[in-house]
Amino acid sequence: MMMFLSTNSALFLALFLPMSAIVLLGALRNMPRARDVAHVATAVVTFSLVLLLLTRFLNADIPNVFLFEVMPGLPINFSIEPLGMVFALLASGLWIFISLYAIGYMRANGEEHQTRFAMFFTLAVAAALGIAFSANLFTLFIYYELLTLSTYPLVAHKGTPEARRGARTYLTILLSTSIGFFLVAIIWTWTVAGTLDFAAGGILQGHLDPGYAPLLLALFAFGIGKAALMPFHRWLPSAMVAPAPVSALLHAVAVVKGGVFTLLKVSVYIFGTGFLSSTHASVWLCWVAAVSIIVAAVIAISKDDLKARLAYSTISQLAYVTLGVALANQMGMIGSTMQIVMHAMAKITLFMCAGAIYVAAHKTKVSEMAGLGRQMPLTFCAFFIASLSIVGLPPMGGAWSKWFLLLAAADANQLAMIAVLGVGSLLSIAYLLPVPVRAFFASPLAGDTPSHAHEPPLAMLLPICATALGCILLFFFAHDIYNFLLNVPLLPPEGGMP
Amino acid sequence: MIPQALAAQLPVLQIIVPLMAAPFCALLGGRNRAWTLAFVVSLVTFAISLSLFSTTMDGTVISYQLGGWAPPIGIEYRIDALNAFVLLIVSGVGALTMLYARESVAYEIDERHHGLFYAAFMLCLTGLLGVTITGDAFNVFVFLEISSLSTYALVASGAKRDRRALTAAYNYLLMGTIGATFFVIGLGLLYMITGTLNMADLAHKLVEHGDSRTLRMGFAFIVVGFGLKLAMFPLHLWLPNAYTHAPSAVSAFVSATSTKVAVYLMLRFLFTVFGFSIPFEVDVLRTIVLPLALIGILAGSIVAVFQEDLKRLLAYSSISQIGYMLVGITLLTPGGLMASIIHLFNHAVAKATLFMVAGAYVMQAGTSTISDLRGVGRDMPFTTAAFVVGGLSIVGVPMTVGFISKWYLVQAALDQGWWPVAGLIVVSSLVAFAYVWRFVEAAYMYPTPDGIIRREAPLTMLIPMWIFAGASLFFGINASLTSAAASRAASGLIAASSLIWQ
Repeated sequence: MMMFLSTNSALFLALFLPMSAIVLLGALRNMPRARDVAHVATAVVTFSLVLLLLTRFLNADIPNVFLFEVMPGLPINFSIEPLGMVFALLASGLWIFISLYAIGYMRANGEEHQTRFAMFFTLAVAAALGIAFSANLFTLFIYYELLTLSTYPLVAHKGTPEARRGARTYLTILLSTSIGFFLVAIIWTWTVAGTLDFAAGGILQGHLDPGYAPLLLALFAFGIGKAALMPFHRWLPSAMVAPAPVSALLHAVAVVKGGVFTLLKVSVYIFGTGFLSSTHASVWLCWVAAVSIIVAAVIAISKDDLKARLAYSTISQLAYVTLGVALANQMGMIGSTMQIVMHAMAKITLFMCAGAIYVAAHKTKVSEMAGLGRQMPLTFCAFFIASLSIVGLPPMGGAWSKWFLLLAAADANQLAMIAVLGVGSLLSIAYLLPVPVRAFFASPLAGDTPSHAHEPPLAMLLPICATALGCILLFFFAHDIYNFLLNVPLLPPEGGMP
Repeated sequence: MIPQALAAQLPVLQIIVPLMAAPFCALLGGRNRAWTLAFVVSLVTFAISLSLFSTTMDGTVISYQLGGWAPPIGIEYRIDALNAFVLLIVSGVGALTMLYARESVAYEIDERHHGLFYAAFMLCLTGLLGVTITGDAFNVFVFLEISSLSTYALVASGAKRDRRALTAAYNYLLMGTIGATFFVIGLGLLYMITGTLNMADLAHKLVEHGDSRTLRMGFAFIVVGFGLKLAMFPLHLWLPNAYTHAPSAVSAFVSATSTKVAVYLMLRFLFTVFGFSIPFEVDVLRTIVLPLALIGILAGSIVAVFQEDLKRLLAYSSISQIGYMLVGITLLTPGGLMASIIHLFNHAVAKATLFMVAGAYVMQAGTSTISDLRGVGRDMPFTTAAFVVGGLSIVGVPMTVGFISKWYLVQAALDQGWWPVAGLIVVSSLVAFAYVWRFVEAAYMYPTPDGIIRREAPLTMLIPMWIFAGASLFFGINASLTSAAASRAASGLIAASSLIWQ
C-alpha cells in the first residue's frame, strides 16, 4: 500500500505521523495496553516510511517538502541527503527497540505518568527526524530546540528534588549554548552568506573572511551543546537521573546523536570540508576533541555508578565524531558518520543493560555487580558485546568507525591524533570491560546479601539481544554504509556555484 | 459596507467613541452594565482601527482635519503605516482585556466602584489611542495626560486587594507628571524656535532652523520626558510597584500598551519631528540612550530572577524588554527600527498573556507569590500552559514571537558590527530563561501545598489569554504579516528623517 505514496507525501508522513500519534497516545491514556501497542506501532510505521524513503532515494527520487516561510527568505523546508538518511534510519530504527524496552521497563518498575512519558518520547523522536530531514539550518535549529524542550519532561520524569536539579542543569546548558552560541552563529552565517540552505560544498566559501572561520566554527562547535564537547558536557551526566529508556534515548537515539549529526551537517554543507581544510580553521578543534576524548575517558574510569560511567563514555565517544569533523576530509566525514551509527547501536545496548540490571537486581554501582553475570547471563553477554564495539575490536561494528577515523587522521597528516585515537580505545577497555568481567568471574562481596536476580522481562530482554546482535551485524554491513556515504557531495556541483 | 461619509470620519471616531463612552460607564454603575458598554465600545474601537490599518496597508497616509481647520493651524490626525499598527495593538489589547476584565474586576474591585473603574479604563484607552493617532505635538501632551491621569486612578483601584496600590499610584503620579512636564517644556522650546505645533510642519521648520542651543535643550527635555514614560533605565522606578499592585486587568492592559505607545512617541519624535538633522541627536542616542538601554536589558532581567512575586517578576522583565526596543532604535538602521517595531507587537502579545495568567492566579489561588503557587500547573493546566507559551516567547525560543524579534535584532546588530551588543542581547535572553523557568518549575515540578484548592480559571479569562498565547505562536510561526507591517513602518520613518541610507 505504501508503494503508492508519492515521495513527498512519504516524507511529510514520516515527519508528522509521529507528531499526530501523540494525540492518539494522549487519548488512550486510560487504556495502557492499547496505548503501548500504539506506541510501538507508530515506531514501526515510521521506520517503514523511512525505509520507503531510502528506496526512493536510492532511485535518485529526492523529495522536497516546503511548509511555509517564517520570515522572508527563511522557510521551513525538508529534503533528503545521505547523512540525514543515515540519521533518520538510525533514529527511527532504534526507536522500535527502545519503545518496546521502555514499555517493559516502565511496567516492571511501576513508574507513574506513563502516558505523558510515551507522548514526550514520541515528540523527541519526531524532533530527531525533523533534524535529519531539514533542508536548511533554520529548520534544523527549530527542531533542535524542540528536541531540547521535549526531552526535559523525560529527564525530570521522577519529579524528585534530584531529578529536578538534574533536569534543570540539562535544560540550562542545552538552551544557553544553543541560544548563546548556535543562534548567533546561524544569524552570522545568514548575514554573510544570505542563505541558510544546506548546499553541496558549503555556502561560506567566498563570503566569509577565512580569518573569522575558526571563530564561527567555535560558535557552532560549542553552540551545538548536544554534541557534549568539553567544557559544555555537564548536562549529560546530570541527565542520568532519568529512567534508563530515556538515557538510551538521549545517548543513542535522539539527543547526542542529533547534536553530532548537526555538527557534521554544518561542517559538510555550511562550511564545506574543502573550505575548512584549506583555511585550517578546524585544526584547533582537533585538539579540543582530543582533550575531550582523553579526559572524559579518564573520568569514566573513576566512576563507580554504572550510568555515570556510561555517560562519560558517551562524552568521550562523541568527541571522536567531533574529531572526524575537525579533520575535514572525506574519510573523516565517513568515519564520523560510522561512529554515530556504531556508537548508537552499542550505547543503546549498554544503557538498556544498565536499566535491566536496575530492574532485576536494583543495583546501580559497578562494585556491587560482582557475580551478577551468573544470574543474568544474556544481559551481561550483550553488555560484553556492546563494550567490545565501543572499544573498536572486530568483529564488532565499532571497529570500522575507528578504522576510518585513523585513515582520516593519516590523510590530514595529524599523527598526534592517531595516538589519541589509540589511547582513547585503551582507556575505553579500562572503563567498560571490568563490568562484565566482574559480573562473570568475581564472587559477590562479603557481607552483601546474596541476590536472587534473574533476567529481566521479555519486553526488555528482546531489544537488548537484538541490538547486541546489531553490533555484530554492522561489522559485516559496514561496506554498504561506506558505499552509501560516498554519495555525500563534498564539492560544489560543476560550474554551479559562484 | 461602511457608508462613504462615515468611513471618512473613522479617524475621529476612533477617539470620540471611547471618550464618550467614559461618562456613560460612570453613570451606568455596577452589575455588568458598565462592563457591557465598555466591552461593546472596545470592540467598535478595535473594528475602527482594523479598518484604518487596512487602508494604510498600501502606503496611504490618512490626514484628517479636526473641525475642518487646515493644519498647521488646526489639529490634524495623521495615520501612516506605523501608527496604524500601534493603534491596532492598543485597541486589540483593549478589547481582549475588556473581555478578561469581567470576572477579574468583579473579584478584585468593589462593585460600587465598577462604573468609575470602567470610565477610567475608557479614558485610558482614549488617551493611548489619541497619543498615537494625532499629528499635532501639543495634542500629544493632552492625550498623554488623559491616559496618565486615568492610569493613576486605575492603579490606585487595586487598593481593595492591597493597600500598597495607593503608594504605587502616588509614585507613578509623581514620576509620570515629571515626565509629562519635561515633555511640555521641550515642546515649548521647539515652539519658541518654530512657532508651530504640527508635527509635519515642525519637522520642516526644524530642518531649516539648523543647530542651536534651544533646539538641543528641547531635544533633551523631550527624550527624558519620554524616557520616564517608557520606563527607560534608570527612569523606571515607578513601573514595578505600579504593575504589581494594579488590578490584574489593568496590569495586562497597561503593560501591553502604555510603554509601547511611549516607544512609538519616541520613534515619532526622533525620526519624524527631529529627523536627525543635527549630529547632536545621533550622539545623544549613541552615547546616552544606548548604554542605558543595555544596562536596562541586563539589570531588568537579573533583578527579575530574584523576585518572589510573579507580577513583580513580569514587571522587571518588561523593563528589560523595553531595552530591546531602545537598542533597535539606537542602531538607526532600517533593520534595527524594524526589529524595534516588531518587538513592540511581539512583546505586547506575550506580556498580555503573562499578566493575564498572573491575574487568573490572583483570582483562583488568591496570590501571585511564586512559592504559594507551587503545583499550580496541575490544578490550572490551561492557564499555566499559557504561561509556558508566553514565557518561552519572552526567552525567544523558536516558533514564538520572541524568537522573531530576537532574530531581527541580533541580525541588525551584527550588520552594524556591534558584536558586544548582539552578545548582550543573547545573554539577557538566557537570564530571561532563568526567571521564566523558575516559575515553570515551581508550577509543575513541586507538590501542591496542603489544604489548597484551586480551580481552573473561567472561560471569559481563558479565551482572551489563549488568543494572545495563540497569537504568540501564530506570529512566531508565520511572521510575514508582522514583519511586512514593521518593515513598511520602518522604511516610512527612515524616509521621513534626514538619515540617508544607501
